[in-house]
Amino acid sequence: MHLQVQMLAATGSEAAIAFVEIGVIAVGLSFLALIAGRFGITAVPLYLIAGLAFGDGGIVDVTASSDFVSLTAEIGVLLLLLTLGLEYSADELRTGIRTGVLPGLLDMALNFTPGVALGLLLGWSTPASVLLGGITWVSSSGIISKVLNDLGRLGNRETPTVLNLLVIEDLAMAVYLPVAAALVIGGTAADTALTVGIALVTVVVILWGGLTFGHLLSRSLTIGSDETLLLAVFGLTLVVAGLAQQLQVSAAIGAFLVGLALSGEAQRRTRHLIEPLRDLFAAVFFVMFSFQIDPRDLLPVILPALALAVVTALGKVATGWWAAGRAGVGRRGRMRAGTMLIARGEFAIVVAAIGASLTEGPELAALAAAYVLLTDAIGPISTKFADRLVRA
Amino acid sequence: MADITETNLPGVGVRHEFVTESGQHVGVISHRGGRREILVYDRDDPDSCSMVVHLTEHDSRTLNELLGVSRVTDSLAAVEQQIEGLAIDWIPIAEGSSFVGRSIADGMFRTSTGVSIVAVVRDASTVPSPRPDFVFSIGDTAVCVGTDEGLAAVRSRLTA
Repeated sequence: MHLQVQMLAATGSEAAIAFVEIGVIAVGLSFLALIAGRFGITAVPLYLIAGLAFGDGGIVDVTASSDFVSLTAEIGVLLLLLTLGLEYSADELRTGIRTGVLPGLLDMALNFTPGVALGLLLGWSTPASVLLGGITWVSSSGIISKVLNDLGRLGNRETPTVLNLLVIEDLAMAVYLPVAAALVIGGTAADTALTVGIALVTVVVILWGGLTFGHLLSRSLTIGSDETLLLAVFGLTLVVAGLAQQLQVSAAIGAFLVGLALSGEAQRRTRHLIEPLRDLFAAVFFVMFSFQIDPRDLLPVILPALALAVVTALGKVATGWWAAGRAGVGRRGRMRAGTMLIARGEFAIVVAAIGASLTEGPELAALAAAYVLLTDAIGPISTKFADRLVRA
Repeated sequence: MADITETNLPGVGVRHEFVTESGQHVGVISHRGGRREILVYDRDDPDSCSMVVHLTEHDSRTLNELLGVSRVTDSLAAVEQQIEGLAIDWIPIAEGSSFVGRSIADGMFRTSTGVSIVAVVRDASTVPSPRPDFVFSIGDTAVCVGTDEGLAAVRSRLTA
């Protein structure tokens, strides 16, 4: 007891600074979330803008660099990916694999390729270019589900097509993320191939195990109260993420796979329980991400970001147009599906954060931030007026 | 009944739709959280909805009741005709009732008040026309028929 008090006293002032830092950030973000709610948009783009304004070289230079804040941000990524994994049930994933391969491949060809191409064109290394491809590839399921809801489009005939594409992208990320993480670690070609191989085998084993035995895990998790479930899932996520990191598979993918493995009752309850935690930690992550971007770095990347946004917006429109057409949807619906898919968000930022250690890291982060902000403006607005873009 | 089409909406829930006899396309989305949406499809653009009504779980129950309303009122009217001048009461046997563990015969309800216990609801099932040796336990609900005064007397005895 005596010892504990001494320890608290020693770390007291450090803790006090961390409390004030996090408190100020959280209160600021709550205002932004309020504004976002008023305008019917998700808070992610606003968090990015806030980070830009108050981070390095911004209007006000707040230094929030304590270990505590950065650990909070890292847990934020894990919870973000856990909930992305929880989004879909094992059945939905299996159906996704069966029916969505073709649209998924088209989506990849039209949206992953431009990112990689631009990276190489800018003279970036292969890992950085592959990461840029990941940034432009995946639509934001968070923004899209919100926009679908707000515009009253959940019942529309093109909506299952849009949602199925999001499922496929989710699965594609399960393969992409560990490969990208392995590329970033680098080394000789043989080393990289080995790391990628280990990563892919791990992912396939966990994914297969999750889809086959996930219900057993899920059932054993649901015997207790909400408290037991929350602690068990939170702990399990950190343990798997930590082990994945040790195997150089990237912690994020570990968390994601835990989410994929949970099903049924456990999935439903965990989503409900973990969402408030996720919102809290992920907000810190988004702000921390853009904190480190100097707004002056945005200027040189604005043109590439704009070009990329336009090309990949067209890529998403083409993907949605074709995929919805396969489902027998009419022209207006096909245009709604395509424009709906334009917005990028949480995944793009997570991918950009993986590349922080690369020499192109700062440039990649600035480009990703500018790109996400642009697509988050183009996407929701263009889909709102999609019906006027085509004749019936 | 019309053909109902079911569509899974990954991450959202399930959508059911059908075409009414007058040719209007309508649907219902059941969200995983229990929320519902009623969809009325656009005649001009059949892929989109011209109207969406959001219902909480509570709203859904209300609407459900309203849609079943004609059947409920019809059968209620029939019941009233049969038992003119009589009332029905549902009396719970709560913990602390002196009748927990005692039988219907013990109470001599019909002799003293004219009230009949026509059924007992136990858990999810109902025991119709329970015999005089039926023994009450905690959580039962006795369905009683009689005059207002009679029912009041039975209620005070069963709950005391």
